[in-house]
Amino acid sequence: MFSYCTDPDTLSGLTWLSCYLTTGKHMALYGSFGTVLLLLAITAPTALALGFVGASAARSHIAPLSWLGKFYIAIVRGVPDIAFFLFFVIALDQGIEYLRHKLRCPDWSEPIRQGNDFVVCSAAKMPLSTAPQWLHEIYGFGLAVVTFAIVFGAFAANVLFGAMRAVPRAQIETAEAYGMSRRQAFWRVLVPQMWIYALPGLSNLWMVLIKATPLLFLLGVEDIVYWARELGGAKTARFTSYPHPDWRMWYFLALLVFYLVFTRVSEVALERLTRRLSRGQATAAGEALRKAATT
Amino acid sequence: MKNLILTTAALALSAGFAMADTVRLGTEGAYPPFNFLNDDGEVDGFERELGDELCARAELTCEWVTNDWDSIIPNLVSGNYDAIIAGMSITDEREEVIDFTQNYTQPDPSAYMVLAGNEGLDVTDAVIAAQTNTIQAAFVADMGAQLVEFATPDETISAVRSGEADAVLADKSYLAPIAEENADLSLLDRDELIGGGIGMGLRESDEELRETFDAAIQSMKDDGSLNELIEKWDVGETF
Amino acid sequence: MSCWQTIQDYGLRSLGYGERLLPRSDFTLCQQFTLIGSGLLWNIYFAVLALLAGFVLANALAVAKGAKTPILRKPAEWFIFVFRGSPLFIQFFFGYFLFLSLKGVSPVFTPFTSAALGALVVLFFNTSAYSAEIFHGALRSVPKGDLEAADAYGFSGLARFRRIVWPTAMRLAWPAYTNEAIFLFHATVLVFFSGFPAWQQKGDALYYASYFADKTFNPFIPYPILAGYFILLTLLIIGIFGLINRHLNRHLPQDARQRLRFRPNLIR
Repeated sequence: MFSYCTDPDTLSGLTWLSCYLTTGKHMALYGSFGTVLLLLAITAPTALALGFVGASAARSHIAPLSWLGKFYIAIVRGVPDIAFFLFFVIALDQGIEYLRHKLRCPDWSEPIRQGNDFVVCSAAKMPLSTAPQWLHEIYGFGLAVVTFAIVFGAFAANVLFGAMRAVPRAQIETAEAYGMSRRQAFWRVLVPQMWIYALPGLSNLWMVLIKATPLLFLLGVEDIVYWARELGGAKTARFTSYPHPDWRMWYFLALLVFYLVFTRVSEVALERLTRRLSRGQATAAGEALRKAATT
Repeated sequence: MKNLILTTAALALSAGFAMADTVRLGTEGAYPPFNFLNDDGEVDGFERELGDELCARAELTCEWVTNDWDSIIPNLVSGNYDAIIAGMSITDEREEVIDFTQNYTQPDPSAYMVLAGNEGLDVTDAVIAAQTNTIQAAFVADMGAQLVEFATPDETISAVRSGEADAVLADKSYLAPIAEENADLSLLDRDELIGGGIGMGLRESDEELRETFDAAIQSMKDDGSLNELIEKWDVGETF
Repeated sequence: MSCWQTIQDYGLRSLGYGERLLPRSDFTLCQQFTLIGSGLLWNIYFAVLALLAGFVLANALAVAKGAKTPILRKPAEWFIFVFRGSPLFIQFFFGYFLFLSLKGVSPVFTPFTSAALGALVVLFFNTSAYSAEIFHGALRSVPKGDLEAADAYGFSGLARFRRIVWPTAMRLAWPAYTNEAIFLFHATVLVFFSGFPAWQQKGDALYYASYFADKTFNPFIPYPILAGYFILLTLLIIGIFGLINRHLNRHLPQDARQRLRFRPNLIR
């Protein structure tokens, strides 16, 4: 990074540190903070959408759909996320390639499962083996997002399911009295009002999601924990210009600070959102806001 | 016009590259001197140089991928990369699931590392640390000593330092540089011959690629360039 | 070897009884079910003890967080913030590290470096912080009418808290606390996975599941078995907590009980 970094053995103190902290590996560590934030930014809305679908299915009047929704909520919530991550990504990857194989190579005669091997035609590979490395990384990241979204979608579905039930029955009855259909009452009355009931649960879910991100490395994504472990481990002078003893404690301390700050920022933001959403709602908090505005 | 010709030439070139399939090499990147990430975050080490040379000889375009050790075989058989080159000893259990090329290192003995001054340790009646799910862990369990397993190699060495374990059992070429540079740690004279040599792992259905790499390794053995690499990185006896 | 024999050999392997060596080859489904089930004993041990002890500390913390004096309030707030704000993964790392250093100071701490005690302490603090936040929220949302009624009956001080405020708060907090119990139970798989070492191949359910995944190179059998066990036990937790919830709400009219169960869940 800096010009004086060419010969780290001669350096000491702060100059050494400034070189050490700007190696390519450290840059990868800093970049992985971005990966984690990006994952959160994509996963949260996806999980919410999945949760909404799951909750709507669970309260559906069509029995099989309702069973499916409840099954999804119950099963995925019942499994520890780590156990799920350890086999689901490979299963998902193979599932996608299997489907593509059926579409792209209909005349393929050899079996897909050959002993232990999972063999699809090369046109069905995801991504193609000729694709550049960054495409593979994006694909891996995409799989991680989907896996996270499925797990947290189930929790979100559970929260939204409760929130939909919490909207006062009288509101729906009024909507029906005005001649709205079931669909209209759902979209125009129930959905706009349920968020305030869902918010405490969803905020907590967000906090849990933040704290689940250290598991990303299980999904093959090189995240902050991966790099912190890699960089923190003791290094001998033969393999690096910056030998040091076991420094994992300092790296994990930095991660700890990152998570604490991130949690705090989230708390403040969610607090504001709660105030905003309470406006004009038929709840105690909404009533308090109304009174404060009129007096 | 000149531009146009150049572009078509470039296209033809890249098409030619695409024809020669890219071979993806999976490694762990946490096991010096075999494979590790250097300061720039790139795969480096004995196997990096070896793999690049093998690909050059076999006229393949190769790409390096890092993968967690625990899932390195499942990801190979499911097709996420085409070969494992990660310091993997050839064992019977692994042979049942994947195929290996011929070995490119001599069988590497495993060594015990203890706190300096504790060289008189009787390992059969001691607490031995090993990384979870390694051949060394299985060996210690067999031997009947007290086994204590840690998730990463770093933790096994910390365990010896903190007194949680009396010794750590791991590959000698991994422990030797550590014992050399740290005055408070030293190796026991006793070695254990556990694994076979190290080879590249490939899918059983990928016979053609296995033969290609096998031939490339043979040619490196024949002209002595493999021995040079082994000496350079100090990964055991030469052939 | 019959399956019954396998269960005798490996049923208590996670605690150190039975066969000394784990199976090496010719893995059967029965072995996988038995050993993973055996490891589950550890998960149950961690979850039950941490929850029981955590319930007590959580109540103390919740009251302290609501206290007027900052001497009580500040430490409680910080404790809850640190343990709720950081991943359990990192807490285990620091927990193990801390106990190792303390061991050097005094041999009293030697047992804490083992998972059985050290990890239990970390889980205990973790669940206390999460539960305290739930209980704190519940204490604040005790209906004003209940408090006024208590005053009218002449309750005050400790009696008012013990007879009126606390039972109502528990009723309000119970659905969210159920979720916390499930999360804690799931979190127990992290103990040996990252953090604490496994001695003599005595580990929890995930330890044995990953042992089989490593030996058979097939993740699609052991991990779903593990998942199946956890789904069953999660249903059991929901059942037990549901019974307690019924007991807590037994005096309420039928329709009010129903509503409480589906109140928006303050999940963790």
